[in-house]
Amino acid sequence: MNHFLTIEGLTRDDLGGLLDDADEFVEVLHRPIPKVPALRGKTVATMFFEASTRTKMSFEKAAKALSADTMSFSPGTSSLSKGESLKDTVLTIKAMGTDAMVVRHTATGAPWRIAEWIEQPVLNGGDGAHQHPTQALLDALTIRQHFGTLDGLKIGIVGDIRHSRVARSDIQAFSTLGADVTMVAPRTLLPVVPEVFDATASEDLDDVLSDLDVVYVLRVQAERGGASVFPSLPEYTARYGITKERFARLKPDAVVLHPGPMNRGVEIEGAVADDPRALILDQVFNGVAVRMAVLFRLLGGEHAE
Amino acid sequence: MQSDLILAGGTVLTADGRVEADVRITDGRIAEIGTGLQGDETIDCTGTWVGPGLVDLHAHFREPGQEWKEDITSGSRAAAAGGYTAVVVMPNTDPATDAGHLARFVADRGTEVGLVDVMPAGAVSKGRAGLELAHLDELWAAGVRVFSDDGDVVADAGLLRRAMDYLAARGGVISQHAVDVGLSRGGYMHEGAVSSLLGMYGIPSAADDVIIARDLELVEVTGARYHVQHLSTANGVAMIAAAKARGLPVTAEVTPHHLAFDHHAAVGTNPVYKMMPPLRSTDDRAALRQGLMDGTIDVVGTDHAPHADHEEEVPWEHAPNGVIGLEWAAAVVNTFATLDQEAFYDRLSVAPARIGQIGGHGLLPAIGVPANLTVFDPNREWTPSSTLSKAQNSPYLGLPLRGKPIVTVYRGAVTAVDGAVAGGGS
Repeated sequence: MNHFLTIEGLTRDDLGGLLDDADEFVEVLHRPIPKVPALRGKTVATMFFEASTRTKMSFEKAAKALSADTMSFSPGTSSLSKGESLKDTVLTIKAMGTDAMVVRHTATGAPWRIAEWIEQPVLNGGDGAHQHPTQALLDALTIRQHFGTLDGLKIGIVGDIRHSRVARSDIQAFSTLGADVTMVAPRTLLPVVPEVFDATASEDLDDVLSDLDVVYVLRVQAERGGASVFPSLPEYTARYGITKERFARLKPDAVVLHPGPMNRGVEIEGAVADDPRALILDQVFNGVAVRMAVLFRLLGGEHAE
Repeated sequence: MQSDLILAGGTVLTADGRVEADVRITDGRIAEIGTGLQGDETIDCTGTWVGPGLVDLHAHFREPGQEWKEDITSGSRAAAAGGYTAVVVMPNTDPATDAGHLARFVADRGTEVGLVDVMPAGAVSKGRAGLELAHLDELWAAGVRVFSDDGDVVADAGLLRRAMDYLAARGGVISQHAVDVGLSRGGYMHEGAVSSLLGMYGIPSAADDVIIARDLELVEVTGARYHVQHLSTANGVAMIAAAKARGLPVTAEVTPHHLAFDHHAAVGTNPVYKMMPPLRSTDDRAALRQGLMDGTIDVVGTDHAPHADHEEEVPWEHAPNGVIGLEWAAAVVNTFATLDQEAFYDRLSVAPARIGQIGGHGLLPAIGVPANLTVFDPNREWTPSSTLSKAQNSPYLGLPLRGKPIVTVYRGAVTAVDGAVAGGGS
């Protein structure tokens, strides 16, 4: 593995192996001193050309827990705002000395382009509405911890799938790991050609709700899209919001996940988000462990301890 | 006084059909077609096609205003290397070619370079802003016969109708960039399976189709000549066929890249495959190839669209649209469509010269005809590795092709041999 860019093309064994590694880093993170010297002397640059809180901090925490140094970059305060090109920015940071770059970008494919310009490993921290592969790993890990396996689970991904990189990576990871995935959204938020995914599509949440083991709630992305993709937020909530009432109709052991940040009262009611069967903070914790697993896989090599 | 040039032993496409013959060129004209001809200079053309010089109805030379991408010198050199003797250049320069003096500047620069006839297309609207008519009278007086806001659609049907009314009487042709603004807004590639997988905003085929359908109604109303640029959809091909069957004065163009590739090329998000309209489905590509072969599509237009390296070294969504193609268009057509010699020169020379009303070009070899000729070897296998354009945004560099323009003769003088250009200083 030279880079970590996409879930697409990874096998069940590839994903299982990464999750097994992540389980070990979960154990590390539970130690009194949650840190190992595996990547001492390495530098990881987090280059988030698009705003992020949790993914950026999670990667930095993961790098530091492996004893790597971190450098970070924010577009608002960088030379990008002075008109510097993406390529020049990347080559500049490479010249400072970095062993890996974690890239988030609003444009689909940007991490792939960067991987053409540098030899160091590139980790995709989310590109456009395309891929967010570490999110898929942390989601799969969270579900596997809870149920022991994804095999045979019915997982409903609810919301703005069309504009969601989380959905694309999750659908590919969950289905590869044996889950039965349903995409639930109004037609304007489903992929234009849903058949490209190994999942069924439904526009009716209430029709599928009672079958689900996992409800994966996507954020309503007000900042994305620009054009109006549904008539109003209240209408969206009425048809697709995970309300207390809908939560009560789930199987008793079903769980709720959300990638954050949440719009409480829109796609998820506050009381649901705070219920013990909402695994949202487990997802956040597991994010550090899966990112440690990926960084270690890319940078650990023979120097790993 | 020029010396005699003999193009020897090729298959010459004359008005009376194909003949294995030598062609003598003297004083810029074809002086003799026969066998065993002797002259001061002889070029062996055995095994190749000899026909009228290629004519492009759709290129961007970027001068004035964007000379870091291309200029009339570099564009002319690329054109000559690709077998072209006349090129219609789009008016989306800075300033836009929307008045007579601007058109004369472009044509005069072409004459100074002296490698191809550079024929400016005129804008339909002032500044290509889509609000009011450009100086159509001035443009017409300056020799402009093709009118387009290319780069943008003429979105306002009322404005388009007035332009059509105006040009119908004169016989000018509207060349439409048929992509609807609303349906394409925010889109970066063909809307379909690949865009769904990539999570990229798509441009549906309907974006092209609704404009073509609307415009055909205006052709019916006005009787104006109408040419669809860079046709990209199967529905578009069908609408053109139906309009021709109704007798409307309609023509259509396909680009080499829409013949060669489809939307799967976008998977790697390499911006060299980013076009407007976008590379569409495999079925669309098949319909375009068929349409070119059966004549529904009249011409190949390169949409030669140079961009500098630094403009391409960005993510797909930030990259400009378009690719260069003048040097490889003939080869790409020969590789990805099946055209015999008559159809090849028809789509690449005779028809574009007729549609663009470009005098002295697109004329089948005959005694006394101006010697604008292209010798094309349909069997040559080669892989492009460099370009004479200032730009390198080409999907053809490294792509094996079949067929190559091996001699270009412009106004009786050899301008290119096997991709190497002779002359063209300024």
